[in-house]
Amino acid sequence: MIQVNGLTKDYGARRALHNITFDANQGEIVGFLGPNGAGKTTTMRILTGYMPPTDGTAMVAGYDVVEESLEVRRRVGYMPETVPLYTDMTALEYLKFMADLRHIPDSEDRAYETLESVNLKDRANSFIGNFSKGMRQRVGLAQALIHRPEVLILDEPTIGLDPNQVVEIREVIREIGKDRTVLFSTHILSEAQQICDRVLIINKGKIVAEDTPENLQSRLVGSQRVVLRVRGESDDLAGKVQKVKGVRDVEAKADGSVEFEFSAGQDVRPQVAKAVVQGGYDLLEMRPMGLSLEEIFLELTRDNASGKKSS
Amino acid sequence: MRNIWTIAKREYDHYFISPIAYVVAIALLTLVGGYFAIILLAANQQAASGFGFVPEISEVNNLFAFILLIATPALTMRLLADETRTGTIELLLTAPVRDYELVIGKWLGSLLFMVSIIAVTLIYAFILNNQVDPGIDLKLLLSSYLGLILLAGAFLAIGVGISAVFSNQITAFISTLAIFIGLWWLIGIPASLLPVGGEFFRYMVMNTHFGGAFNTGVINLSDLIYFASLIAIGLFTGTVAIEIRRWR
Repeated sequence: MIQVNGLTKDYGARRALHNITFDANQGEIVGFLGPNGAGKTTTMRILTGYMPPTDGTAMVAGYDVVEESLEVRRRVGYMPETVPLYTDMTALEYLKFMADLRHIPDSEDRAYETLESVNLKDRANSFIGNFSKGMRQRVGLAQALIHRPEVLILDEPTIGLDPNQVVEIREVIREIGKDRTVLFSTHILSEAQQICDRVLIINKGKIVAEDTPENLQSRLVGSQRVVLRVRGESDDLAGKVQKVKGVRDVEAKADGSVEFEFSAGQDVRPQVAKAVVQGGYDLLEMRPMGLSLEEIFLELTRDNASGKKSS
Repeated sequence: MRNIWTIAKREYDHYFISPIAYVVAIALLTLVGGYFAIILLAANQQAASGFGFVPEISEVNNLFAFILLIATPALTMRLLADETRTGTIELLLTAPVRDYELVIGKWLGSLLFMVSIIAVTLIYAFILNNQVDPGIDLKLLLSSYLGLILLAGAFLAIGVGISAVFSNQITAFISTLAIFIGLWWLIGIPASLLPVGGEFFRYMVMNTHFGGAFNTGVINLSDLIYFASLIAIGLFTGTVAIEIRRWR
């Protein structure tokens, strides 16, 4: 559904995208992970026909984004990161306008249906200017869905939402992803893990990793970080843990828990447990922590840097 | 074609909830209406004293044309500049709409709004028709209003073009006004100074084609071509500005 080949984009002298290549199949949800300024939005803007690439090609739904831009735009639903909306229109007017631009018959009915699908039916005749961030986000999503596109491109769809709304939006994405292609960007790893079939990690305009979320994580786990919790006071817990051989980076948290790290293949958890119990504590919890995106990033960029040096 | 209409309709509707559009409409109609009342009063008084003159609708429209020069930049400054500022341009440029459809749609929406204001002034013509005997010159009426609409169309097209260049409304307003002053007045200065080629500059002056042509009841091909060219240039500028924005 999406085939990107050697995509490069320069903004003046600055190169925002370096030779990016990836693809996404029908019924696949692909997460685009990366920090701000990594090139996520640039890539999405090229795929939606907003701007042409400097070099390379991109095909969406079988059409070239430069040569057959209008065909691509007919088949893509896009929600930009800032969710631009006409605040002087009601939700229904706005969606009807977007539906008319896409030549949808009975545009008002469709606008109404789409509002219903994002749970905004009861606010159809309210002005968008009075909407909360979460509601605006949903109007933006409705706009992207109104023509039932083959490919859905969402730029940070869950940013700035409260947890309930995040769950709702994720549910919608998962539902659409069953038979259509979804490309969405995020910088929250757990989000990518929950809904993506595949994750692309992009940094400084380059794809630094591409895999399923599970593989990505296990591949990168060189060391394991663990949270430890005990009943009651834990004044000297950190010191006790510190003494166990193989334990690194001990950190006493404000909530009384203690975090530490050990190298993979050198599991020190039994020793730590013993030390804790012998220290007179009641062990409540010892839980491995997943790697955060930041850590994966550090890991990946470190790999990249060392790779360059050796070559 | 359908997209042009969709965009024009939204723009037209938007003017009716926009304070600036009401300010423009009220200012235009008050000034022109006041002027009309004065002309009518003066004509009636002088008729009583025996030195009667017959007031013409073209006198009102001459003032209307001049006020358009200041009023239209206020109507067009927002059109594309504001879409760029708020980011909504991203929606339009990723919808299946051609760049020129967007520009023409915006222009058409503003022109329809302006035509609505112009249509209100037909009341003056109606009043005048009842005041003078044997009624007003219908041919002059038609040609004057056609000229006024073409003039407004040209002003608005240039305004839309300039609005596509900037993302700041004020910058768009001032640039548009500067171009209008240039076309209305400055470009005519060389006409009287140059020994040769003065004709060209005289042709370039906007009011030559309205005050000196349509508004005297004369419809010339050269005047039609003049306004059509300005409209084309304005809309073309807007389309190119959007195209450049994409490539930047």
